[in-house]
Amino acid sequence: MSTAEVFAAEYGRCVATLTRLLGDIDLAEEAVADAFAVAVEHWAGGVPPNPGGWIVTTARRRAIDRIRRERAREPKEGDAVRLLDDTGPDEDHGPIEDDRLRMLFTCCHPALAAPARVALTLRLLGGLEVPAIARAFLTAEPTIAQRIVRAKVKIRDARIPYRVPRAADLPDRLASVLAVIYLISTEGHTGTTDPTRPDLAAEALRLARLVADLMPDEPEALGLLALLLLTEARRPARVADDGSLVRLDDQDRSAWDAAMIAEGHELVRRCLRRDRPGRYQLQAAINAVHTDAARAQDTDWTQILALYDQLAVLDPGPVVALNRAVALAEVHGPAAGLAVVDTLDAPRYHLLDAVRADLLDRLGRHDEAGAARAEALGKTDNPAERALLRDAGRRPRHVRKSSRGL
Amino acid sequence: MTQYLLAIQQPDDPTDPEPQRPDDETLARIMRDVEQVRTDMRDAGVWVFSGGLAAAASATVVRTRGDEVLLTDGPYAEGKEHIGGLTILDCADLDEALHWAGRLSRAIHPLPVEVRPFQ
Repeated sequence: MSTAEVFAAEYGRCVATLTRLLGDIDLAEEAVADAFAVAVEHWAGGVPPNPGGWIVTTARRRAIDRIRRERAREPKEGDAVRLLDDTGPDEDHGPIEDDRLRMLFTCCHPALAAPARVALTLRLLGGLEVPAIARAFLTAEPTIAQRIVRAKVKIRDARIPYRVPRAADLPDRLASVLAVIYLISTEGHTGTTDPTRPDLAAEALRLARLVADLMPDEPEALGLLALLLLTEARRPARVADDGSLVRLDDQDRSAWDAAMIAEGHELVRRCLRRDRPGRYQLQAAINAVHTDAARAQDTDWTQILALYDQLAVLDPGPVVALNRAVALAEVHGPAAGLAVVDTLDAPRYHLLDAVRADLLDRLGRHDEAGAARAEALGKTDNPAERALLRDAGRRPRHVRKSSRGL
Repeated sequence: MTQYLLAIQQPDDPTDPEPQRPDDETLARIMRDVEQVRTDMRDAGVWVFSGGLAAAASATVVRTRGDEVLLTDGPYAEGKEHIGGLTILDCADLDEALHWAGRLSRAIHPLPVEVRPFQ
């Protein structure tokens, strides 16, 4: 394991623990950065057996030294007193008290603006640098940096608590956490400009696993983990050697990650036994049906349509409605699908035009299909998606099966 | 502990000395609900102060320019909403303040409540 690998794996946990010990996110980040700088020198001969623990201990000592120096210069009471009197990190936490979970709930607090929640989560828990976050969300670096700074100031000034919320607040607050993870994952699979961002997808999967492990009684947490596993499992087959995207129908299913799919299916079965369906569980179930088919033509579209019917009740938005229309077209024919698509109102959603184009092609209305495809091209900048659209224009064929169906 | 200001934002026309009010029955229910929230805040030990304000048109702005103190009639901020009432709470953290703000907003529905920490 290299220092960089330790950083990727342990940064979030270290900052989260130090935040608890120091009572301040900025101090925690500084201390962890210091400790990793020391680690680069000390680990030349090899990484210690418990690198995360080493970083936390070193960061804590560094922070104490720094606070001592500052107190000697300018004696004052404060949070530092608590730190110095603290004889050691109290390791005796229940599973729910995991520091990263506290940090996640703090970063995703609904009193913070939604874009700030995403940026803060990626920075503090994922250890991503500002330029990487800015690239992912097509936003200028100073904007992202400012969002993070303002969010941290608000956490401090408004005293956004550093803990897992009490039971009464948990459903709403968990929904906010899951939404942030889902958004990171979505960006990791069909980015705004890059076709794929494996780093974001991996971070989303890591966070989803953390929440599911620590809150195993929350079916939506399990559902999100299942959804991310079943999406990530298809990554090896999703991008061709030349970087172009491969449709679900055309993917080499033997390249899918069988272990991830098995884990995803097992989670979906656990969710079904709970019988408390939610949007992530239903999306996971849909993906489970897709990944259950040995060949594209074996897909059980009747079951997928039934799941979309349920999902549309929970999420009446155009994205779900469009995917339901695709399933409807598979079960009842392209005319039925098109009739639904034509009722949808989402003028900026390029996949709506793409789906229309494919349904029109299947009905033999190729001129209208070409026009719809041109509309779609005007609405997306993702080069891989654009290539797929142009390719579909030359080679009319089946519809992309779902917004996550690649 | 941190003190928080809960400010009720009330739409009004600053030039109108008699801003539009809900009918008497609705008003009585709102007052009763607000009083209940206040009692609960006291019982929970978080209540510091609260009160309703007269119409924004009754405000006077005072500022110093040079050696002179100038007075201006009307509220400082132009706009369609002004603070109609305020509550100060002493809470452990934002979540506790937001819980009480939620209770208050239900009582005065549909008016929004702005929550802001003291330094």
